[in-house]
Amino acid sequence: MNPETLAIVISYATPLVFAVIGETITEKAGVVNLSLDGSMLLSAMTGFAVSFTTGNVVLGLMAGGLISSNIALVIAFSSIRLRLNQIAVGIVLTLFAAKLSAFLGQDFVRKPGPSVQDLHIPVLGDIPGIGPILFQQNLLVYSSYILVGFFFWFIFYTRQGLNLQAVGERPEAAYARGIDVNKLRYFYTALGGFLVGLGGAAFSLDVKLGWSDGHIANFGWIALAIVIFGGWHPIRAALGCYLFGLLQLVALKLQPLFPQLSQVLPIIPFPLMIMTLVFINHRKIQYLILRNNVFGRFITGRAPSALGESFQRL
Amino acid sequence: MKGFTGPIYSYLAAVLVSMVLVSLLLALFRIPIFETYTLLITGSLGSMTKLGDTLMVSVPLIIASASLVITFKAGLWNIGVEGQIIAGAVAASFIARELQMPTQILLPAMIGAGFLGGAFWGLLVGLLKIRGGVNEIFGGLGLDFVATGLVVYLVIGPWSRKGIASTSGTEPFHENAWFPTVEGFRLSPLAVSVSLLVVLMVIFVFNRTQFGLKLRSIGLNPNSSYRFGIPTSRYILTALVLGGAVAGLAGVTQVASIHHRLVPSISGGYGFLGILVVLLAGYRPFLVIPIAFFFSMIAIGSIQWQLRLGLHSSLGGVFQGTLVLSVVLISAMRLLRQRREKHVKTEE
Repeated sequence: MNPETLAIVISYATPLVFAVIGETITEKAGVVNLSLDGSMLLSAMTGFAVSFTTGNVVLGLMAGGLISSNIALVIAFSSIRLRLNQIAVGIVLTLFAAKLSAFLGQDFVRKPGPSVQDLHIPVLGDIPGIGPILFQQNLLVYSSYILVGFFFWFIFYTRQGLNLQAVGERPEAAYARGIDVNKLRYFYTALGGFLVGLGGAAFSLDVKLGWSDGHIANFGWIALAIVIFGGWHPIRAALGCYLFGLLQLVALKLQPLFPQLSQVLPIIPFPLMIMTLVFINHRKIQYLILRNNVFGRFITGRAPSALGESFQRL
Repeated sequence: MKGFTGPIYSYLAAVLVSMVLVSLLLALFRIPIFETYTLLITGSLGSMTKLGDTLMVSVPLIIASASLVITFKAGLWNIGVEGQIIAGAVAASFIARELQMPTQILLPAMIGAGFLGGAFWGLLVGLLKIRGGVNEIFGGLGLDFVATGLVVYLVIGPWSRKGIASTSGTEPFHENAWFPTVEGFRLSPLAVSVSLLVVLMVIFVFNRTQFGLKLRSIGLNPNSSYRFGIPTSRYILTALVLGGAVAGLAGVTQVASIHHRLVPSISGGYGFLGILVVLLAGYRPFLVIPIAFFFSMIAIGSIQWQLRLGLHSSLGGVFQGTLVLSVVLISAMRLLRQRREKHVKTEE
């Protein structure tokens, strides 16, 4: 593994980092946005189409974020106001947004368009070893680092972050403490959806350039799996994305040697997700393997208690 | 959440809304609106061949939807049907490849194998849920992709065609393993009968058996059902296994009457599309048949959209999605208004 290879892994995983952080925030607030696969496709298409038309990559990224944010708001509205099941609405929106992306994007298929420009950070990029891996990338990648750090700090070390956790864990208690549960849920669902959309647009503008039907199909599901693998923790989730990026690269390198293996490796996040869930839900396993050490505390995540449940004021 | 429930006029209003929305989209792309809608009808029902094709597409969709009704009624958000269809298809393909037998024995064996294959995949979801504490949503989703990985592995690995390792599919099965068709058409009466029998079975289970009644009560309120003495986890496990077994049959019809071999996309997305059908049907099994048929009309009709009007193949899916979204949202809004009115009345 030379530095260039690892740099590719980092840049390849960056769109997923955005999406996974976004979904983590949404789920921390107790809302499941299951529409990720469709949302990311639609925002990848929108992001590329807008950048292609205007020639401005930033506008494309924002447009991608906004469209996905709106899809997320539909889920929040139908769950909070209309008391519909989040899973049902999420699945319908997944299929709908995926088809819509193919239909609306038909004029943009396989056209060369703008992409995010590289930007090397002068001093940090020259550090031997990690410099070329981490700091000879582009602004999108740097903002993903900041995002991960920011939300780690925000969720666990700020008053607002505690409120966010309270809303996802014990909405009744949060409400009793004077927190407007549903307002926060709307906000964090929209914010999470925006980041998911940034991730989608980042795919078509940075990693898998351009647009075609089903351009990044299944990456939304992969992101959902990594959120769980990451135990609803921003740093672990980001590491999960890099791990996935690494696996993809390994699959690519092994392609000539083991063609079967390379086709099957992309599904690895899903068994990992299931294993993580079994792991964190099984007290015996937890007790046997993890005990009370730092590693154990880092590895055990738990889903927000009120995940997927709607909160109705009496 | 019961999907769509309510009087027929609000249903029609929602259908109208979705047609207006799709028409707006068509107008935006300067596509002739009226022609598009008429072509949907003539393209899917216009000739015996087209009608036969529409019926054949509706078969796996009806079966997948029937499977979803079983689990949804039990309050389980089973999105693992895709994987269960694949498992059924793989099991049936195994029989078709390995056994040299006359059709009369081979076809029932394939059906049985598909049933068991799907049941096994459903059992995994169920065990993960009741023993592993893994919610059926994520267990099912994960196993969908595991099944996809398995089928890709089989197609390019051990079951690949001689000399070629490509993702295009296995060798076609021997003709003994094909469902017999009506002379000159792709329509297979056996496949259609299987789908109708499955729906009848689901109706029977929920309307005429203790088991179905208890499943419904678990779906409505698992806690009080448990306190009432229903062994909830055992019932949940049975529902997931039964749902999986039924979904496996959809896999059998896919390999035996449509593709005649195993291909990576064998599930055809019917596991997910079925969710839309079941939501539209409000979990009522008998409604699954007409709605699935209508969805198949859109699927087959949109082929003509492509050929005659040069429209993009995704338009059919956009139409289906708009339809389900408007029906679900509009019926929920109606319920909201009713709740409000009740609230006002009690306060007076």
